[in-house]
Amino acid sequence: MIRQFGPTEIMFMLQAARWTVLLSLVAYLGGGALGLVLAVLRVSAWRPARLFAAGWIALFQSIPLLMLLFLVFFGLALVGRDQNPYVAVTIALSAYAGAYFGEIWRGAVQAIAPGQWEASRALGLRYLAIFRLIVLPQALRIAIPPTVGFMVQVVKNTSLASIIGFAELTQAAQFVNNLTFRPIPVYLVAAAIYFVLCFPLTWLSGRLERRLLGRLGTPVAPG
Amino acid sequence: MEYVFHFGAVFAAFDRIAAGAWLTLTLSVSAMVFGLVIGFSCAVLAVFGGRIAAGLVRVYVEAIRNTPFLIQLFLIYFGLPSLGVTLEPVQAALIGMSVNCGAYATEIIRAGVLAIPHGQIEAARALALRTPQIVRHVVLRPALRVAYPALTSQFVLVMLGSSVVSTISAEELTATGHVLETETFRPFEVYMVVTAIYVAMAFGLKALFAGLHRSFLAADEGGRR
Repeated sequence: MIRQFGPTEIMFMLQAARWTVLLSLVAYLGGGALGLVLAVLRVSAWRPARLFAAGWIALFQSIPLLMLLFLVFFGLALVGRDQNPYVAVTIALSAYAGAYFGEIWRGAVQAIAPGQWEASRALGLRYLAIFRLIVLPQALRIAIPPTVGFMVQVVKNTSLASIIGFAELTQAAQFVNNLTFRPIPVYLVAAAIYFVLCFPLTWLSGRLERRLLGRLGTPVAPG
Repeated sequence: MEYVFHFGAVFAAFDRIAAGAWLTLTLSVSAMVFGLVIGFSCAVLAVFGGRIAAGLVRVYVEAIRNTPFLIQLFLIYFGLPSLGVTLEPVQAALIGMSVNCGAYATEIIRAGVLAIPHGQIEAARALALRTPQIVRHVVLRPALRVAYPALTSQFVLVMLGSSVVSTISAEELTATGHVLETETFRPFEVYMVVTAIYVAMAFGLKALFAGLHRSFLAADEGGRR
């Protein structure tokens, strides 16, 4: 018997969307922590640290997220762990998001003119004081819009978790489609739920870009 | 526990991996070309086409940018047949990738068009050029020149994102990996090799775009200023 596509099915998809939100939050935390480390290494005074962070970012920005998911998923078995989709998705999404966050934040710090560092040093400020008082407040303004913009990419890319069997929104949609054989309404509802999650962030990113960067007059790099 | 890597079975199937990689490249480059055409047309419509056209372009761009590529692909591949349009996986993949790339390209090129000083377009109007002529002679090159860095990074993302079309069984690199995985029972080795090929293709594309920039756009900038 073919099921109808009705409110019960939509509720089922909405409940699965909680996992999409949770996965995104986990990736923001993991990716944010990793990104912070990478950004700090990338602008540090020690050359090997800079090279390591640059290489890491370049490498992880060149691996398709789906391949990262597979490598972690099957790699867990190699180190004697269960093939747990939760762990695999968490690690892969964090590694992916970390590389992009790191690059965005590095760009923001380096967008501050070197003359400001030199001037602050001439005024007798130390490295950390310069960073906290002079560079960070300006870098944050530059970093926030592309950071929020990239957060949208993370929400959308949690959909790839469905491919390794994680029961989030996209997998729920596939499940409902297999029961109802109504691909267009089912996937349109899924798309609408993603849109509701993503569009506020996209809107916010654009608005912050105009508000925070307009005054600085910095050329805006698309996120 | 010690794990012994065996790449032999993977390298034995190298011709199939190469065929998959070739399809990935073909699909990606085609999607870049279509995406560029869609993006430029929509960007020009958004800036010069009046309010209705600008609104429609906005809807297209936001609908694509705020929903996952995977869902877009499912709508095309599983949805269109229920409307009577049956597509091969590769056709569905190409349409999905082009439509997706087009939306991002629209945003990027639109920013490039808006970066052209207003006076230049007004000067062209004062010289009695019509909008198509202005687009062709005044807007095209500077807009693409400004958009070039962001556009080419987007193109690399298109190539990396193409691995997702394996889910609708288009036989590109990732899908070839799936097949080999089930044949060899060596998933980690298979995906290591496949990943290495993606990384190589991504670095190759970046080098190619940087080279094109040096040989065409950089000289162009120097000569015109």
